[in-house]
Order: sequence, then C-alpha cells, then structure tokens
Amino acid sequence: MTELSVHLADEAAVAQWAQSLAPQLGQGGIIHLYGELGAGKTTFARALLQALGVQGRIKSPTYSLIESYAVDALAIHHLDLYRIADPGELEWLGLDELLGDHSLILIEWPERGGSELPAPDLILQLAHAPAGRDLVVRPLSAWGEAWLAATSPLLSTA
Amino acid sequence: MSDQPIAKPVLGIESSCDETGVAVYDLQRGLLAHRLYSQVRLHADYGGVVPELASRDHVRKLLPLVRETLTAAGLSVDDLGGVAYTAGPGLVGALLVGACAARALAWSLEIPAIGVHHMEGHLLAPLLEAEAPQPPFVALLVSGGHSMLIGVDAIGSYRLLGDTLDDAAGEAFDKTAKLMGLPYPGGPELARLAEQGQSGRFRFSRPMTDRPGLDFSFSGLKTQVLLAWQNSDKTVATRADIARGFEEAMVDTLRIKCLRALEASGAKSLVIAGGVGANKRLRAQLAEAAQRQGFKVYFPRPEFCTDNGAMIALAGALRLAAGQLDDAQIRVFPRWDLQQLRPLQPAGGV
Repeated sequence: MTELSVHLADEAAVAQWAQSLAPQLGQGGIIHLYGELGAGKTTFARALLQALGVQGRIKSPTYSLIESYAVDALAIHHLDLYRIADPGELEWLGLDELLGDHSLILIEWPERGGSELPAPDLILQLAHAPAGRDLVVRPLSAWGEAWLAATSPLLSTA
Repeated sequence: MSDQPIAKPVLGIESSCDETGVAVYDLQRGLLAHRLYSQVRLHADYGGVVPELASRDHVRKLLPLVRETLTAAGLSVDDLGGVAYTAGPGLVGALLVGACAARALAWSLEIPAIGVHHMEGHLLAPLLEAEAPQPPFVALLVSGGHSMLIGVDAIGSYRLLGDTLDDAAGEAFDKTAKLMGLPYPGGPELARLAEQGQSGRFRFSRPMTDRPGLDFSFSGLKTQVLLAWQNSDKTVATRADIARGFEEAMVDTLRIKCLRALEASGAKSLVIAGGVGANKRLRAQLAEAAQRQGFKVYFPRPEFCTDNGAMIALAGALRLAAGQLDDAQIRVFPRWDLQQLRPLQPAGGV
C-alpha cells in the first residue's frame, strides 16, 4: 500500500478520522504531521489526543516545543518544530529519552527536524481544500501498513 | 531568619527559553542592575527563535553577562548574598545552563541559591516598579507561550483562574501576522498595522466570551482571519483593516476576561505581564476600564513584561529572605505547576 487520500469536510470529520486512528496507537509509534500554517495540524492533533483519552487542556506546543501527556501506560509527546531552524537543536529537547515501546510521538513541522528525527511509522499531510481539508496518509513501517490496510475500508466513505 | 532579610544583594539568572537575562536585586535598595542578551536579531536569520542556538548562547553569553551586570552594579561576586535562577518551566537544556552556573557560583562563594518558578517571576515583576501592587491581585499573563489569569492571594500563593485551551495570545498575534504574509514572529508588526486600519470593516468573534468561565481559545480566531484574508482583495489597506479587526477581537476578549476574573476573585488590583502586555490598545482599554470601574491596573515597564533576569532576582531575593533555599543539587523542572509552590510565609510562621 502506498498511500491514502481522504477529504475531510469539516472539523467533525477530522475528529471522526482521529477517532478511527486512536485505537491503533495503544503501543505507541511515531507520526509526522505535515501542513502549512492553518492547514489544521493542531486541530487534528487535538482531536487525536482527545480520542486517545487526554483530558483537559491541549495547548499548542509552538512555543514550548513539546507538551507531554500520560494516558494509562502510554506516554504521549506532542512536538511542534516550527521554531527549530537546525536539526541539531533537537538534542536539547532530549528526544532520545522520549522514544520507547509505550511512547507515542506526534510531530508537527517534522521537515524542520530533518534527518535527526526518528523514522516515522505514519506520515500525515494536511492541506487546504475548497471546502474543508485534504488528508494524505502514508505508512512507512509494517505497523503503519497494517494499520492502513485494516482501516482504509472504513474510511472510503469519509 | 524569616523576618531578617539577607542584607546582601541577590544575583538573578533567567535562561528558560530564548532570552539570557541577568540582574542584581537588593531588598533594601531595589534593582541595582540588569542586562538582557536579546537573541532575536540573531534568530531572525533563521526565520524564528532557535532553541539550540538559544541554549548554546546561554552558555556563551551567561558568564560575560554576569560580569557585565555586576560591573554595572558596582559590585564584585564577593558582595553577593545569594543566587536565584529559573528552575522551570522551560526547555530542559536551556534551564540546565542557568541552573548549573548559578549552583556552581553559589557553591564557590558559599552563599545560598534558590530555583525560581519562571511564572512567579512574571507575576512579581510589577514589584520592581515604584508603585507596586499589594496582594491580593489578579494577574493576566499574556505572551507567546502563555495566556493565563492567575489569582495572587499572597506572594507564593497562586491560583490558576483561566488558561488557554489551545494557542497563546502572543502566538495568535504571530501566526495571524504570518498568515497575512508578514515575517515571523510578526505580532508587534501586526499591532502596528492595526493602528492604521479602519475599525469595523472586519469583525471577528470574541472567543469564549459568550459563556461563563475564564479560559481562552485563540486558535479559531486565527482561522477566521485566514478566511477573511483569503477572500479579500489582499491590498495593503485591507491587511491593515483585518489586523485592526483581529486586534480589537483579541483585546476585547482579554479585557472581558480580566473584568470577570476581578469580579470572581473580589480583588481590586489587576497586573498585566508578558510580552502582549506591551500592546498599546490592551493597555489603553484596561486603563480606561480601571478608571470606569474603580480598580487599579499595574503594568510593568515593557522590558520587564518579557523574559528578564530582574524578576528572577526579585522573586529569589524574597524567598531567600524568607529562609527558603534548596540543597546543592542541580534540579530543573521543564514542567512545573505554579500552584504547587511553597507560600512565602508558611502557615504559623512570622
């Protein structure tokens, strides 16, 4: 499977899509989230974190660079690399220590992290559409492939 | 010890994020000197503020900055009675630079040191001014990273009254500016444009003011502006008019929530802190509301609205004078709840 394209008509569709993704993420994984300013990355990230069970505020990590949450045994790290200029700076975030079996890492603006970032299981690309947003999903690991194979039939009507 | 302020000045070090700040504060004599190594110019070349360069710069700039600040105060390190440093919240690498330097300095001088909460520094910044507010007061902390309303019952005793559910106020300014083609971070430039814009041509919603509560949400406002801009003729005049509409929505929202927080807490004083606190329309509207409704509003001078060493030196001096100090271990707290701080005077204390 190479990739899947979905049209998300409104915020409810974004939330629904995030809901469908959440159950697959219990063991963690790495997701790269691409899209221009205002493309809906943060809306998507918020919907996904809520679907995973994060309660309370989900603040934008643009300034803090990282916001972390714990839901049961899963550690969730929401990163925004918009303000990163050189991939070498990631060392200062202690990224290595975030990786683990029960760690879900969701990275906005991954292009700013370059090759220093750990390889993603899933790449999501959001873009403005005339009405709503277009989402392209690309799996890059066996886990990602398996997830997409299992999920895509459910999404064909999305 | 708690009623016997330490008689010597305290060095303050701020390095939690993008700025390196150093100051010397004395409880009797006030602020003796302060210096900020502003890295904004350096980072503009990279299209944003750069954490690793910031951290590397903390390393490179901190000791020269300490020397420069002491010289400006006419002091040597031997004149110091204590060292205060930002221990969190912030970027772990950036915090460690300040914490290590402060601990090492205190250790070698055999003087006490204390880790200060960055937000407490901001809350207490107006105490650096001649006309200082007395607790209880309500503080609005609005910056690139924060939009909070905090109830200050006493120094060291803080209640979070409201917070942003998504983007911070300053972030909304910066990102809105970027959406309309201004270079990032363009918040101050957007505010300048707004002054030239026509009021009323674009009206955006005042998020979360139509329901009770003190929380903020600015992410949707950004999207409204984006749509207005995309569907517009994109002329220079239109950009200014949209900027005006955005700023009015933002300032109205902040004003409404401040008034609500004052009413809910019963406090008669309002403190504005953080970089957005330098916004002219916000200052004017709050000053007007204060006069109309009979409360006092305090603004730290703009250089103490943004991150600085003076607020850390002040907060640390107050805590050291109250007999609080930490052991010599170097600890930083990238995430740290303001409400968990020790009150300045423990219950039953003098």
